[in-house]
Order: sequence, then C-alpha cells, then structure tokens
Amino acid sequence: MRSRLLRKLAPAVAIASAAISLHTASAEETAKEQFIPLATFRTGAYASSGIPIWAGLIDYLTYINEVEGGINGVKLNWEEAETEWQVEKGVEAYERFKNGKNGSPVPIFLPHGDPISKALTEKSLADKIPLVTLNYGRTESIDGTVFPYSFPVGLSFYSEASTVINYIAQQAGGKEKLKGLKIATVYHDSPYGKETFAPLELLAKTYGFENIQIPVPHPGNDQSAQWARIRKLKPDWVFLRGWGVMTPVAIKTAAKTGFPVDHIIGGIWSSSEEDVRPAGPVGKGYLAVTTYPAGTNFPIHELIRKNVIEKGKSNLQDPKSFGSVYYNSGITEAVILVEAIRTAQAKYGHRPINGEEAQWALEHLNIDEKRVEELGLTGLFQPLKLSIKDHEGGGSARVIQWDGSKWNTVSDWIKSDRELLFPLIYEKSAAYAKEKGITPRDASAAN
Amino acid sequence: MSSPSSILRRPFTQRVLWALFLAFLFLAVPKYSSDYWLNAILIPLLIMSLAGIGLNLLMGYAGQASLGVGAFMAVGAYATYNFLLRFPTLPLPLSLLLGSLVAGVIGLLVGIPSLRIKGFYLLATTLAAQFFIEWIFSQYGWFSNYSTSSSISAPRLEIFSHDLSAPTGRYLLTLSVVTITTFLILRLVRSQTGRSWMAIRDMDTAASVIGISVYAGKLRAFFVSSAVCGLAGALWAFAYLGTVDALSFNLDRSFQVMFIVIIGGLGTIFGNFLGAAFIVLLPFLLQYLAGKWFGGTISAGDLTNLQRAFFGGLIIWFLIKEPKGLSAIVGNVSRFLSRLTASLSLSHKTHP
Repeated sequence: MRSRLLRKLAPAVAIASAAISLHTASAEETAKEQFIPLATFRTGAYASSGIPIWAGLIDYLTYINEVEGGINGVKLNWEEAETEWQVEKGVEAYERFKNGKNGSPVPIFLPHGDPISKALTEKSLADKIPLVTLNYGRTESIDGTVFPYSFPVGLSFYSEASTVINYIAQQAGGKEKLKGLKIATVYHDSPYGKETFAPLELLAKTYGFENIQIPVPHPGNDQSAQWARIRKLKPDWVFLRGWGVMTPVAIKTAAKTGFPVDHIIGGIWSSSEEDVRPAGPVGKGYLAVTTYPAGTNFPIHELIRKNVIEKGKSNLQDPKSFGSVYYNSGITEAVILVEAIRTAQAKYGHRPINGEEAQWALEHLNIDEKRVEELGLTGLFQPLKLSIKDHEGGGSARVIQWDGSKWNTVSDWIKSDRELLFPLIYEKSAAYAKEKGITPRDASAAN
Repeated sequence: MSSPSSILRRPFTQRVLWALFLAFLFLAVPKYSSDYWLNAILIPLLIMSLAGIGLNLLMGYAGQASLGVGAFMAVGAYATYNFLLRFPTLPLPLSLLLGSLVAGVIGLLVGIPSLRIKGFYLLATTLAAQFFIEWIFSQYGWFSNYSTSSSISAPRLEIFSHDLSAPTGRYLLTLSVVTITTFLILRLVRSQTGRSWMAIRDMDTAASVIGISVYAGKLRAFFVSSAVCGLAGALWAFAYLGTVDALSFNLDRSFQVMFIVIIGGLGTIFGNFLGAAFIVLLPFLLQYLAGKWFGGTISAGDLTNLQRAFFGGLIIWFLIKEPKGLSAIVGNVSRFLSRLTASLSLSHKTHP
C-alpha cells in the first residue's frame, strides 16, 4: 500500500522539483536586475504627502529603465511595503527586504520616516545597508566616522536654520545687518522641532540677532496664544518649523493677528503645496526654504512627460501633483539613488550593487554642476559632494514664495554656514560615540 | 466538566506540553529562525503581549481603566536607559528591574486618583499622565543625555559580558523576561492579591465589607501593572528598536495595548498573547496575502486602504461573535477538541 502511494506521488514530486529548479533558474536570470525596496506610506496620517513622493520617485526610476535601459544596462525593479509612517511596520519592511529579491542585493534603504530611521540606525550598520534620509534624520550622523551607514543627504536641520538666517541677511543687505534684528522661531514642540535650538543659538551669538523660540504643541490646530505673543514681541521675521496641520494654521493665525505673511519663512517641512493651500487666500506671499523647488519647467520634467507620462506608465494618481514640491522631492531622492548606484558600478562593475558597495559610492558621490546639467536638473537639484566626514554633501536651499495658487522660486541656492556649524555637529557625534563606546573610523583612510 | 479520559486536560500532560513548548521557543526558534522572524515578528509580539499583560492586570483583574500605558512604557525605557548610562557597572537585568520599579512608582502616583474616582473619570486622569510624561521626556534633555533629538539608544546590551546585540540575543533576552514575568504574574493573580483585585473589580463595596482594603488593592494593581508595562517599554526601546524617542510611546501605543487586552480577553493572561498576535501580526499577514493575490492588479494605495478596512471589519466581527475575546474562542475550541479526543478514544475502545 505504501509503495502504491509512493508511485502515485512520484509524478507530483517530479513536477514540484522541476518547478523549484525552474524557479531558481529564473531567479538567477533576473539577478541581472537591481532591486530597490520602497518603504511607502500610502495610508495613515501622512498619506497625502507620501503619495506624490512615490510618484516622483517611481516615475524617475521608470524613466531610467525606459530611456537608458536601466543603469549601464542593469534594469531597476522595485517593490513597495506599506509602513503608514509607523515604526513597527517600517522595521518589518526593512527586515523583509534586507536580503534582496531574486538574487539582487539591496543597495540603499530609504526609511521615509524619522522614527523608522532611528530604529534602523544600528540594524542597518549590522547588515551593512546604507540609509539615505533626504533632509531629515539625526543631524550628527553627518559624521560618517561615527555613523558609517547613515546618510542625511541634502540639508540637515542645522543647515536649514542657517540658510534661513542667510536669506534674511540677503534681504537685510548683508550679514552685518543681522545685528539687532529680532527673529522668532515658531516650532513644532517635538524632538524634530527642537533640533534647531543649538544652531540658532550659535548663529545668534555669531551675528548678534535676537533669538526668540516659541513652541507650538502637537498638532498645533490652535495657535492664538503663540501669535498673540508674536504680536507683542514684534519680531522682524518668523521662521516657521511646522509639521502637518500646524503650518496652514500658523499662516492663517498670523494673517488674523496682522503679522505680514511675507515675513514668515517656512522650514523644509512647511514648504509644500499641501502645507499652504489649506490656508486659503491669506497664504499669498508666504515664503519657504526647499531643496526641490516646485515647477514643471526643468528639463527633466519634459523628459519624464514624454517618456513616462504620455506612455501611460506614470505612478501619478492626481496629474495635478506633477511638478509639485513633493513630486520633485521624489525625483531628487531617485537621482541620489541612481547616481550612487552608478558610482558604485564604475568601481565594482555593471551589475546589481550591494549595501557595502553603495556605502562606498555614497561616500564618494560627486554630482557636480556639470553632472546636474547633464541630468536635466539645473535649478532643481543642488550639487552634492559627500565624504566620510560629510554625509550631508550639500547644505544649500532655495527660497520659494506662494502666489496664491503656486510656488515661485525667488532666490538662487543659498549656502549655509557649514564651516561654523560642523564643529558643533562633530561635538555631538563624538558624544554619541563616547556614550555607545564606538571607535570612530579613520577619516583619512582611503577606504 | 472534563471527562476522565480526556488526556489533553490532565494537569501533568499540560505541564509536559508547556515544557516542550518553552523548549521549542528557547532552543529551536533561535536556531532555525531568520532575522526577519526574530526582528520583525517574534520580538515585537512578545513585548506587546507583555504590555498587554500589564494593562490586563489593571483593567481585566482590578477593573481600573487606564490610557497611560504608553507613558509607563516610556518611564520604564527612560529609567532603564539612565540606570545603564549613569551606573555603568550595573548589570543589565538589574537595570531592567530598577527601571521597571521606577515605572511602578510613577504608576502608583498616577493611580492615587483611582481612590476617589472611577470609570471614564479615571480614564481621563490617566490620559493626563500620558500627555504629561511624554512632554517631560521631550522637554527636558537630561532624561535623554542631551541628545539632539531627545532620543535614547541602548548603551550596551550584555549579560555577564555576553553580547546580546545580535537578533538571537535580543530575542532570548525578550523571551526570558516575558517568560519569567508571565510565570510570576500567573502566580500573583491566583494569590490573595489577585483574588482581592477581582473582588474589587466585581463590587468594591462588597469587597470592603468582607475586609479587603480597596485602597491598598487598587494602588497595588497600579504599581504592578505599571512595572510590567515599564519592563515592556524598556524591552521595546532596547531589545526591539534600539533607538527611540518619547513619541514611540504616545497615545496610539496606549490604544494599541488597550485593543490587545480587549481583543485577547479581559481578565486573562494568555489572551494577551492572542490579542497581540491579532493586532501586531494580522496586518503583516494581510499585506503578504494581498500582495500575493492582488499585487499589480490594484494600485498600491487602494490595496493598503482595503487591507485596513478589512482589518477593521475583522475586529468588529470578532467582538460581535465573541465579546469575551480570542481567549474565549480558543477555550471553546480546546474544550471541543478534548471532547472529540475523548469520544474518539471511547469509540476506539468499542470497535477495536
């Protein structure tokens, strides 16, 4: 009886084993493609800002596949995991993806969420997968000798504060004119909001302006007390570091209390259409700093329109989001990803890149002005040059102004005072290294 | 009740089964599990179960509602962090214990209003504690050693110079703490203290009439519950995430633990594990299945929204079908199984 059963099962076993071998064969074949994991938040509290980010990011990756046939012939494929911006789901997504897919390793992980990036700081170090956190993340992780696998590329919170001060200096007619000005920072009362305490204190001491700090408790849907105080203090400028609903409420309350909206400068997370549109007509004139100004007139947008959108391959859900601040932030993020893989391929060969190779590439990433122009990104993307001691690489931002229906760019790239801020950042990273018992890497080593 | 031939329900067999199960968890799981299972599934599941046990002691056994679980978890995490940081010679288990005791003391203070007020009013005072404690940790840099983002991260994870920072080490640490605590809590709820809690829950006037000190009982419940939650918070910070800030222990976390308790079953211990599995794991399972069945056919955004709707529907359906929670369902199934085995062995005897 048992043998009869076995005989019956034999064909099934044969088919199954054939299927398995077929499966592994196809896996080897697709290992020529580079896998890119995407931790997304299409549901949950922040979905409205997330959806255009993935659209920009995925459209650029599609563009690379469609027009260039991938990076040096290595096609890109990606898979999404929903995090809802929650830390457990982000950790789950990371663990699910970290071993790659179909034989392709993971080059870079984009945590997309401050708590997620914190929770992954040590895990990614152990797994040797670099985290790229565009315009957010722990400021002191700029110091790659202590944080080899964390890359807060673009504009740290320290640089954000400094570019805002430098823009005010431009408007006042020079840095020496900052002396005696009153600059109030209205901030989201959270760890994120407090990140600019230290740099603003240092800048105020250096340039002699009066530094006023006004907290707004989360979520910030009533700010009459804060703006009444501003009315009393009469600052020359307000630096608004909002998050979510706090930004439009601040603009509306400012208008109501008579503070000129065109003297409010929003921070990096108060600079999208979604932040200012709900404020209505009073938002006209509101300023903000960004590293990815809105607009559809950059050369890259023409290329994406022709090769991705008109072919019906776009990830956009709402065509109106094309060229919005968040869409363009997705493009910016994708460019960093693609150029890092390209840099790694130049050293390690035209094949899928792993995390260790991407880490080397990120520390040697150099997207200069010429390269920015070649990529069709002039004006949208700041030149980046990273190194072991500088995981930020940029540190410049442009100022945009809301005209009631769209953003207009009103300044060129404004540099932050990085030489002034970096000693402060290295001090913080050294303290972290001491607390955790980390021996910093030798920055001069050629790696 | 159970028939004599029901072998599954004999105390000795149950003990053997539990021992085998624990041996499986301690020996087989770390050996054969991938990082994914340890880091993303088992560690958070165990920790949330522990937090569920903590709240269940207060809500299910002593009948005092609380929305302050997140805050007590935060106290446990920050206190443990500070013990580890400021007393480098202190071994990890002792720091965990001290951190949990600090959480217990804070819980005791928060529980004082329970002597005068009940129900929704008490809920509101614990809510105040939740906001206040979260605010304190992000307001005062001392608690996080003046880090730029008020976040804390485990200075070192070792027991007797044995490094525990790998996934297996963190899993074993979590599992040991959860096992020991669960065992102690099981003894506690069957002791005089546990019985007095249940008496207070069922009718506090009657309890005081028969000589139970209602005040002491309530405060004891707040203390033990918060201490267990604090332990869970410390594990959440150091064994699971590694680096956290106070926002990780916000009101959402308190609600999540409360749902675990309600879905698992009020006044049960093992129900918390079922509730945590439901709340923590089911979304992952849904995401996996949805990706497998519908991946590519429906847009990613719609798919995740559908999962959330389905998950919400499941919760409602479960609570209508079995308001006593998952542990009641499992109880029914195991009673059914033991009846089945009993009748099978009976039929086996009559027809050899």
